[in-house]
Amino acid sequence: MRIGIDVGGTNTDAVLLDGRQVLASVKTSTTADVTSGIVAAIDGLQRQRAFDPAAVRAVMIGTTHFINALVEAHRLAPTAAVRLSLPAGASLPPMVDWPQRLVDAVSGRSYLVHGGHEFDGRHIAELDESELRKAADDMGAAGVRSVAITSVFSPVNAEFEARAAEIIAAQLPDVAISLSHEIGRIGLLERENATVINAALRELAAHIVDGLSASVTGAGITAPLYLSQNDGTLMDVDFARRYPVATFASGPTNSMRGAAVLSGLDTCAVVDVGGTTSDVGVLRQGFPREATTDVSVAGIRTNFRMPDVLSIGIGGGSRVRGNVTVGPDSVGYELTSKALVFGGDTLTATDIAVAAGRAEIGDPALVAQLDRSLVRAALDRIAADVSDVVERMRTSAEPLPVVAVGGGSVLLPDELAGCGEVHRPENYAVANAIGAAIAQIGGEVDRVYVIEPGRREAVVDEAKQEAVDRAVAAGASPASVGIVDFDEVPIPYLPGNATRIRVKAVGDLQLGA
Amino acid sequence: MREITEHDLDDIARGAAILGTGGGGDPYIGRLLALSAVREHGPVPLVPLAEVGDDAVVLPVAMMGAPTVMVEKLPSAEQVGLAARTLAGYLGKELTHIACAEAGGVNSLIPVVAAAQLGLPLVDADGMGRAFPELQMVLPTLYGIRATPMSIADEKGNRGVLDTVDNRWAERLARSATIDMGCSAMISNYAMSGGQARESLVPGTLSLCAELGALVRAARAAHEDPVARVVSRLRGRRLFSGKVVDVARRTVTGFARGEAKLTGMDGDSGSELVLRFQNEHLVAERDGVVQASVPDLICTLERESGEAVTTEGLRYGQRVTVIAAPADPRWHTPEGIALAGPRYFGYDIDPIGVAG
Repeated sequence: MRIGIDVGGTNTDAVLLDGRQVLASVKTSTTADVTSGIVAAIDGLQRQRAFDPAAVRAVMIGTTHFINALVEAHRLAPTAAVRLSLPAGASLPPMVDWPQRLVDAVSGRSYLVHGGHEFDGRHIAELDESELRKAADDMGAAGVRSVAITSVFSPVNAEFEARAAEIIAAQLPDVAISLSHEIGRIGLLERENATVINAALRELAAHIVDGLSASVTGAGITAPLYLSQNDGTLMDVDFARRYPVATFASGPTNSMRGAAVLSGLDTCAVVDVGGTTSDVGVLRQGFPREATTDVSVAGIRTNFRMPDVLSIGIGGGSRVRGNVTVGPDSVGYELTSKALVFGGDTLTATDIAVAAGRAEIGDPALVAQLDRSLVRAALDRIAADVSDVVERMRTSAEPLPVVAVGGGSVLLPDELAGCGEVHRPENYAVANAIGAAIAQIGGEVDRVYVIEPGRREAVVDEAKQEAVDRAVAAGASPASVGIVDFDEVPIPYLPGNATRIRVKAVGDLQLGA
Repeated sequence: MREITEHDLDDIARGAAILGTGGGGDPYIGRLLALSAVREHGPVPLVPLAEVGDDAVVLPVAMMGAPTVMVEKLPSAEQVGLAARTLAGYLGKELTHIACAEAGGVNSLIPVVAAAQLGLPLVDADGMGRAFPELQMVLPTLYGIRATPMSIADEKGNRGVLDTVDNRWAERLARSATIDMGCSAMISNYAMSGGQARESLVPGTLSLCAELGALVRAARAAHEDPVARVVSRLRGRRLFSGKVVDVARRTVTGFARGEAKLTGMDGDSGSELVLRFQNEHLVAERDGVVQASVPDLICTLERESGEAVTTEGLRYGQRVTVIAAPADPRWHTPEGIALAGPRYFGYDIDPIGVAG
């Protein structure tokens, strides 16, 4: 058995799975301390279907905590960015394009040091260890508690980042260190930004992960705990402590992955209708299509792996107005006091769903008087807006099935104009928790290769093998690992076919005996 | 616009990326560099081409190399200034103006950095009216203006001055040096007098970039079609709207060549458009029939936002509108066609003009 838990901003959802069969599912309120909400969710599962905690083989959690901490600039550690690039890169120092509010929130300090590599692996300059030691002295005096190290072309060669980490750790043994080549892709500012964000979240990550572990062991479960990542794969708690940034978009990813399993469709569009927004993503071979452009998080441009998701302001709590608009504003968590069906005075999408007989929430009598044409028009509006977003996410003329999940998906019709039938699988309301529970383990390579004539096949094979090896090293069962993504971009103006290759491999989590 | 302030940079970057016809690099780094240079040194005076005096000493400045490298090994403002200073020193002349060699996301903004750093005015003009991949492909070549002596500078402080027998050799030797310097170098070349500049450059490029950027921004804010505005301003033609369904790239003689295939949407559904590119878009073929080609501009814009998409940024699934716009008429002379027409790039076709 496995337990999947999705800790969202409003709800904490949990499921108990045997293989892919859902044995129990609960929705509880997210609590400020997270842990008590998780404890309540596990209790809820236990009440619905008694199970032996010792029989649980793994617990998977998806959480929005870390991204919320960044957005709210809350509990971020004093952080230093060290960039190994001189004499290059001095004109655009670390955090150059950040909102000042966040620079202040991380007490951002930056240090430029000699080092870095050229695209082909040569050194731009030798690493200046004395400069690094001086920087470490200064960081120590300034009370820095977390350090982000970024070296030019470290995705090609990470030796300088690793050496710089040794030097800083020798002098400041208590600081956390984040290395950019483990976090982002080529594109220095974006990778550095992601690394600094990661560094700033390290203390909070340790705290939250401890809390999560405690709430799971408190329920008598001894199985390992995993957190889900932006790409739909899992990390163990140790990884989560080191790479909190990798949890940022796990919410929509889990919903999409859950939708795939529940519907049996591994290539489809998924519409996740929540309280405030509907998120639309596309699954290819069971994995979310990744955003190809840089993604801004809390106003900071980054380039770590994120799913390509389009959101519109339509959800169960959306306000519905006269002639006829739905959203984008929402009554949010006040749904249970403001919506008509709960005796409130605000017409919401939930009231429309109840009036149309699509949902039984609150008191249906309170919306019985609603004008039928208004109800019809509101439903049509929702269908048209969602259908437009799905259409925008489609990538070919081939029909793409649509799967609707999330509590608010009752708002969608059985058929979307231009998109066809809407699949609304069983357990759709807890698809996110199911997605967390069935997540797999992945490995990725993203590097510039110099491809000698006639060696392309060999180089591609090498890259693929390395991605597979990384997935296995991360805990995937070797027999189940396959390549799910491959991208090859030649770099212009270079002889010798310099080519950037990205490969991703994933496999099932190998569960301990 | 008589001076470039930090508020103009977004629009210039957005518009320059459109004129870059798929090449010229992602303007993000160029914009940040220009922003920090303008903040440090103040606004850059922008001088209309017609007002550049005969005895002016005009120096175009540009980035040469791979945009993919530039986003990793960030250039510095000093490196930009160094290229211009080196050439001025070699020429033994006092510079009076900086100019743009090409319009493109990066190379419309690098000269802003140079001008700010050196405290010189920038000429509102460029050498192409668009972007092209090789450095001899500028209108000054048609006027017999020599690319060399030219300077090249890297971030480490290495500098070189080349003096070549013709402009093609300048491209070839500078390309080798750029690669050895780590594939992201700053260059300065085509030093010219004010009179030569007035004769050979394309006037009004930076103003046009800023105007295009502002048009796209305003159209989006008003929920109008930004692409239509761009087409109308460039007196161009909408070629095709569709989704990118295939992008094939390969490296040939040091350039990224390739094709993108689009399937039509809306009025174009049922049709297919193939874009052939070498950094910049060269040829657009609809259902096997060439619709537009170099030297005219072929630009891919995101269908909804009107933002330019570079050939490096083309991805499966993007929804784009492809437009064509006429190049400076001088590119359509026999000499212009020989320098940057389809046959130069290996396509055995006559150029298809947007206007004709």
